[in-house]
Amino acid sequence: MRDRTHIALAALLLAVAAGGPFLPKWALFLLTIAVAKGLVALGLMLLLRAGLVSFGQALYYCLGAYSAGSIGRFFGIGDIFVQMALGAAVAALFAWLLGFLLARYRGIFFGLLSLALSMILYGLLVKNEAFGSTDGINVLPSTLFGIRPGEGALRYVVALAATSVAVIAALLVHRYMHTPQGALAPAIKDNEVRVEYMGASAQRAIHVIYVIAAALAGTGGALAATAVGHIDPDMAYWTQSGEFIFITILAGTGSALAPFLGAVIFGIIHTVAYDLSPNTWQMTLGISLLVVIVFLPDGLWSLFARSAKARGAA
Amino acid sequence: MEHIAAVLVDGIIYSAWLFIAAVGMTLIYGVMKIVNITHGSFYALGAYAAASLTGAWLAHGYPPMLSYAVLLAAAVVVTLVFAPLIERGLLRFMYAKDEVVILLITYALFLILEDTIKLVWGVDPYFIAEPYGLLGSFDIGSLSYPTYNLILVGLALASGIGLAWLLNRTRTGKLLRAVIHDPQVSSAMGVNVDRFYLVTFTCGSMLAAVGGAFTAPTVSVVPGLGVEVVVLSFAVVVIGGLGSLPGAALGAVIVGLVRSISIHYMPQVELFVIYFVMALVLAFRPRGLFSLAEARKI
Repeated sequence: MRDRTHIALAALLLAVAAGGPFLPKWALFLLTIAVAKGLVALGLMLLLRAGLVSFGQALYYCLGAYSAGSIGRFFGIGDIFVQMALGAAVAALFAWLLGFLLARYRGIFFGLLSLALSMILYGLLVKNEAFGSTDGINVLPSTLFGIRPGEGALRYVVALAATSVAVIAALLVHRYMHTPQGALAPAIKDNEVRVEYMGASAQRAIHVIYVIAAALAGTGGALAATAVGHIDPDMAYWTQSGEFIFITILAGTGSALAPFLGAVIFGIIHTVAYDLSPNTWQMTLGISLLVVIVFLPDGLWSLFARSAKARGAA
Repeated sequence: MEHIAAVLVDGIIYSAWLFIAAVGMTLIYGVMKIVNITHGSFYALGAYAAASLTGAWLAHGYPPMLSYAVLLAAAVVVTLVFAPLIERGLLRFMYAKDEVVILLITYALFLILEDTIKLVWGVDPYFIAEPYGLLGSFDIGSLSYPTYNLILVGLALASGIGLAWLLNRTRTGKLLRAVIHDPQVSSAMGVNVDRFYLVTFTCGSMLAAVGGAFTAPTVSVVPGLGVEVVVLSFAVVVIGGLGSLPGAALGAVIVGLVRSISIHYMPQVELFVIYFVMALVLAFRPRGLFSLAEARKI
């Protein structure tokens, strides 16, 4: 099967660039949020390929968001690319340090420890008055290379910047998945002992994946912060991590594109189901998650992969 | 001196509450190896059932002193409706799956139950404060505590001692320990493992519901009530060691005291310390303070 990921990503970017001006503001906003969450899910997908489920990825999402919020609050910087780069860097730094500990954990204990760490951040933020405690703080309106887009263009510019960053991230992750180091992840999931016997270090590989995943989550967090214009401690709460896991499981681990598909579907369920019946949208989420786990253990992406394979065989 | 007494009493009351809320989670993990997020839903179900049933009881003018029995009955009834349905209808088909996958399944169920609660009870808050104030209060030094809190402590002791007795002193407990040790061999020996799973899941969930039911008079019962209980129970259960009964008790006491100390002396770190302790325990003794040595996989 030919690899069409590059073409698909380029087409996606072109579509947003060309179609963006014609989309209503709310759609652009939803797209930006979907991209932000897709970035987090992209990282979780890398971890999931190695058989790890982090129930605390909101830690890095929130760190990214608060990094973006802080440079606005304390230094008056609102540049969307600086915010995302800083979010990624701060998250990666923390993940690098915590990774020495977490890379030794597997299964349920990896999940629980990452959950505990994200709840620590939550606990710190809800009582921190410099960051507005439970109310959170506002984030400066986004600027781009020092230019402040006009009111009408702002959503489009942010969505375009978000998509560009996401496309680059997806490309890099796609490349990474096909390097020897990246190919270790499924091997670790299948049989860690064999990986070690082949001379590779599973712990090191997981540490690297963990840092990449955190950097992606930090980028997503910074993006969400600048798109929404407000951040609060709930961004680190366990339900937020649950949402990211939902997106990742729904999408599956088949491709670097899958998490973004998952995030868009999540956004659609969230918006449409919430609109139709505000008291049952979580139920819709829960049922779709169950259906996917039971009937499509490799996620929605496996539908595409299957049909592509069928076409190849015909 | 009196301040220290206040810290201790607050800590004990909070520990008792934590133990009731969390012990079912450790029971279910210990027997079935399920990290059960639905636990929070059963807590909320218990609270809602108790609020509406006790509310109706009191509104009809029945003897208020019996409202405590109604709280308990509400928790039992609501669990008997939902827990067997979930275990028989869904979970039992999933036991072959990985622990993490089952965790995700319980997360999906948690989302479904959250909205089920909203559909059944609506989104408006329920208040049933009467049982809370009914028993008056007792004094320690110059501080006065609602006597209702003693019920919580009593419940915690009763459920802890009851479970320990059941596990260690009865035939059922012996069989259950055999099931924990090796479900396949137990099954081959003629133990009805399926039934043990059903009963364990129902009992574990019921404990959560009882926790919710007896919390209902002290709070306003609103949607999202169970969300916090999920992580708090995780913290308690993980600190003591997943699946360990004495561990859950120790975890509850540690979290209870730590929180009470921080509320009295450093309120800004209240939540932080709970999860900090949880992370510390996971970092140094991942299987909890009460764990036996376990062979490493690698």
